[in-house]
Amino acid sequence: MITVEHLSKRYGSHPAVDDVSFTCEPGTVTGFLGPNGAGKSTTMRMICGLTPPTSGTATVDGRPYRHLANPGRRIGVLLDASAQHSGRTGREVLTLAALTMGVDRRRVGESLERVGLNKTAARRRVKAYSLGMRQRLGLAYALLGDPGVLILDEPANGLDPEGIFWMRGLLRDFADRGGTVLLSSHLLREVEAVADRLVVIGGGRVVAQGDKAELLAASGTVVKALDMPALEAALRRHGLTGTAAAGGGVVVQAGAEAIGRAAAGDGIVLLELRPADSGGLEQMFLSLTAGDSVKEAVR
Amino acid sequence: MTAVQNATTSSAGVAPEEDRGRTVGKISLARLTWVELRKLADTRAGLWLLIVIGLAAAGTAAILLGAAPDEEQTYQGFLSFGLAPATVLLPVLGILSMTSEWSQRTALTTFTLTPARGRVVAAKLIAAVLIALAATAAAALLSAGANLIALGTGGDGSWHLTADQAGRLLLNQVLFVLMGAGFGALLMSPALAIVLYFALPTAWSALGQMVKRLNDAAGWLDLNVTSLPLSEPAMSSGQWARLGVSCAVWVMLPLVAGTVRVLRREVS
Repeated sequence: MITVEHLSKRYGSHPAVDDVSFTCEPGTVTGFLGPNGAGKSTTMRMICGLTPPTSGTATVDGRPYRHLANPGRRIGVLLDASAQHSGRTGREVLTLAALTMGVDRRRVGESLERVGLNKTAARRRVKAYSLGMRQRLGLAYALLGDPGVLILDEPANGLDPEGIFWMRGLLRDFADRGGTVLLSSHLLREVEAVADRLVVIGGGRVVAQGDKAELLAASGTVVKALDMPALEAALRRHGLTGTAAAGGGVVVQAGAEAIGRAAAGDGIVLLELRPADSGGLEQMFLSLTAGDSVKEAVR
Repeated sequence: MTAVQNATTSSAGVAPEEDRGRTVGKISLARLTWVELRKLADTRAGLWLLIVIGLAAAGTAAILLGAAPDEEQTYQGFLSFGLAPATVLLPVLGILSMTSEWSQRTALTTFTLTPARGRVVAAKLIAAVLIALAATAAAALLSAGANLIALGTGGDGSWHLTADQAGRLLLNQVLFVLMGAGFGALLMSPALAIVLYFALPTAWSALGQMVKRLNDAAGWLDLNVTSLPLSEPAMSSGQWARLGVSCAVWVMLPLVAGTVRVLRREVS
């Protein structure tokens, strides 16, 4: 269980995270979505007590992270797979963690096996690891203490498609056994496949959150007509606004009936009229966060 | 890539029930110290530093046996000379222990597993003191061997060493390794800390000798000078006072300021 309440972090006058609140319940995977620089990593670092918040609180299993006696046994954290000593072997990295947490050292071998790093890989120094292997090592590190909560920052980076599929299965399995997962990504599709809930962040603020199904349902209707300019004019007259969708259609934040009536009134021939599903969520994600990524690029 | 084998999802043996009734105790300082000791030797840099210290200590014994006058070939002579490489190189280990967390970015994982950063710093300092103790003990054994050889080759071979002398030789090691750790904690960059650790005291020594007005101050604040009596047969209370003052400046000050910096720094 992760509870984040009114968490804010300012760097000088720049708000990196602004009044962010959400909870992650046991048995669920929460996807934490946002473009680069939206405040995902800063929020996660604040949850883990690495960055002091300007205001607000974050707790894990009801307690601030810094007050957990042996946090590795409660919460597995992977914030940056590259943040490992390049001169240590994969096995040594996990052995140090096992010694710190007081975990049986036999679990080191099991953990490496579980994430698909064989004995040859375990003997190699981290400097020789590909990013995908570092992510696997980081996941083994996070799972080593047999925690009930996982916080993973962009864990799919550097994994091949097979690896991403495998990781989804592992996280789904973890949550189905009652675990809590908070998983960040800047790619909607990556998170959509495994998450139950979504928290979308842009410019440091939560711009949307809720059950994935609800967010998908609320994501509008795709409509495509033979004469697109005529359709757009009709929609405008009815006070309906749309954003261009892939494939030449428009995503409108309204039900199929309202759109259909508007089109029928003008005798417009429709080619498509359907719920937007993930395509609509992607539109929402892009439109909600586009301005912020532009800002980031300029900053 | 052959190093990555297929792993099945079913083998993800996690059992994250909300309450597993597991008694999760606080991580003990002894456990953290053991981890920090292990970190000193589990990388090539750390391991080779320890090996070089050992080889250099053996080298000094060989030099004394081959080149020193017979009457200087005593146990005390072997020991104080044999500890010289450790005095120079162990502080580098202390520096790396503190700085590598930041330069290698392991602070992220270290402080996620142990959010009480002060305990990690304490464990590092205890580990540094223990390694100084171990180096002194190893040098004592090595010197005993060298002294036996000296007896056989016509050297003096006297075993005279008071507890006071042994204690001061040990203190010398501990002070310098802690000074290294302090510089490392304060500066957080291995290159910067190593350069300043060696350059600053030397520059201050040179300045103290050249500038007349600084002469008096140098007598109290130049650790290179005030620590010399630690290796001599006896030490006066005045010399202890001067050592104390210079240690406050070169050892305590960086340690305190460095610890504050480690506690406050944002990890990313």
